[in-house]
Amino acid sequence: MINIALPKGRLGEKAYAMLKASGYDCPALEQPGRKLIFENPEKGVRYFWVKPSDVAIYVERGAADLGIVGKDILLEYQPDVYELLDLRMGKCRMAVAGKKNFHEPMGQTLKVATKFPNIAQSYYSGKCRDIDIIHLNGSIELAPILGLSHVIVDIVETGTTLRENDLVVYEEIVPISARLIANIASYQFKDGAIGAIRESLQEQVERQNDSNSEIR
Amino acid sequence: MELLKNEERAVFALRALYRRYGYVGYKMSQFEEYDLYVRNKDFLVSDRIITFSDSGGRLLALKPDVTLSIVKNAPDAPGAVQKLYYNENVYRDYRELMQTGLECVGDLGDYEIAEVVLLAAKSLQLLGGSFVLDISHMGLVAAVLSSSGLTPGEQKQALEYLRRKNTHELKALCAGKDAAWKKLSLLSACRGSGQEVLDAVAAVLTTEDERRSLSELAGLWQVLERSGCAGNVRLDFSVGSDMGYYSGVVFRGYLEGIPASVLSGGQYDKLAQKMGKRCRAIGFAVYLDLLEARQEPPEDGVDTLILHDGSADTADLTAAAEAAAEKGSVLVAKTLPQTRSWKRLVDLRKEARQDD
Repeated sequence: MINIALPKGRLGEKAYAMLKASGYDCPALEQPGRKLIFENPEKGVRYFWVKPSDVAIYVERGAADLGIVGKDILLEYQPDVYELLDLRMGKCRMAVAGKKNFHEPMGQTLKVATKFPNIAQSYYSGKCRDIDIIHLNGSIELAPILGLSHVIVDIVETGTTLRENDLVVYEEIVPISARLIANIASYQFKDGAIGAIRESLQEQVERQNDSNSEIR
Repeated sequence: MELLKNEERAVFALRALYRRYGYVGYKMSQFEEYDLYVRNKDFLVSDRIITFSDSGGRLLALKPDVTLSIVKNAPDAPGAVQKLYYNENVYRDYRELMQTGLECVGDLGDYEIAEVVLLAAKSLQLLGGSFVLDISHMGLVAAVLSSSGLTPGEQKQALEYLRRKNTHELKALCAGKDAAWKKLSLLSACRGSGQEVLDAVAAVLTTEDERRSLSELAGLWQVLERSGCAGNVRLDFSVGSDMGYYSGVVFRGYLEGIPASVLSGGQYDKLAQKMGKRCRAIGFAVYLDLLEARQEPPEDGVDTLILHDGSADTADLTAAAEAAAEKGSVLVAKTLPQTRSWKRLVDLRKEARQDD
């Protein structure tokens, strides 16, 4: 039995659709309700929904053999897991944004508001920049508008929220997308089953990619 | 024996195994000078060390590791080899963990390297259930990286991608470097039992250093095959450790049902050199605390519970307790315990006696 942690929300639903297309469907999961765990013994899979930022913890600790998680979570928490595949969905970027016409005060400590303190810290240490991290849990865009911070380090998907609040992206830190991760110890004993799931998802990712490039 | 916990049983079995191969016990003091750990911080699993000063002002640490202390005292005369095993509590991240392991230091040859890897496989076998031992060779990985044309920063990144089996980002890193990608993609993707992996890797290697390391790995594989352990061993180049310390074979062991590696080790000649020793070293540690995961929590119930209120004669109470202990386990208490269960209750409280 392979246990798979799916992130609650749109990303998890898309990931399940891919797994279903690979033959790892689970009819119980598609029915509405408040159940948390869904099993398809025939296909040898058990799914559960967890908070997106917790997926890596379930996998690292072995409660799940596989998980679907954003690269942002992997960069922020650095869990000890295998990162087996880039699913190339849920694409966005980790970026530095600030108010329009903002000039970085090079002579001052830069105040950075973010939900991702480790990513922000390592990005600015790479630039040898002295920063003051303001760790927020939501509505990060508010911080530069109210003068709480100079800039924000956050995920930018379409940029709509930024535009509507007169904020612009100044630097791109890293592109983000959803990844398939595996518990390292589970991989040792279930490498056949995990390998098969990975292969099949990879084929889909590549097919998807080919059709995208044809459209272009 | 059945009262012993998994990890306690494991300690006995492992000790007997190591003694059979001529290893002697090493008892280390709880404290070591902090300086030793600071100078070799990257070698440690965790850098959160518990420190305090003694009355003379020396900064001491509760030992987070045993290997460093053994290497510090290793012999470096030609031909001298020291074979030690230990069973010690180590302190990491403010937790006390029981760790067993062995170290073989000194003028080592291929035999000693093979012996330690075999003992690692046998240790896993002793712990029961199905096991897997993953083996890699840091010398081979380092040689492939240094001939790759990647900058030192990129090499470090590539090593991290190898450890994560992250082939997609490794590919992006090697963009435009087809020769490097050919080797690294194979190291990242291949995993399996010896000969097929060895042949596949041999086909893409180009430099002398790479071939030398691969032939060491091939020699080791032959030993494992002849000893009958090879069925549980995989060559897997995601077993990566710090290249600043590890120079040769590195390995990691897993037991089914335990979500992390229970055994970890390798050849760390570079650590010995850093400490000014002209010797080689190889060893491994078994993380016994993880064995707890495979065990049902112990049943804390008793056969007989004797309740009293202090009014009963102590001699009578003792006699009742002794009689009960003859037949099974007994707990004497003044109130009904909330967290224990019992099969038979003997109530010696005054009210109960009056009721009789």
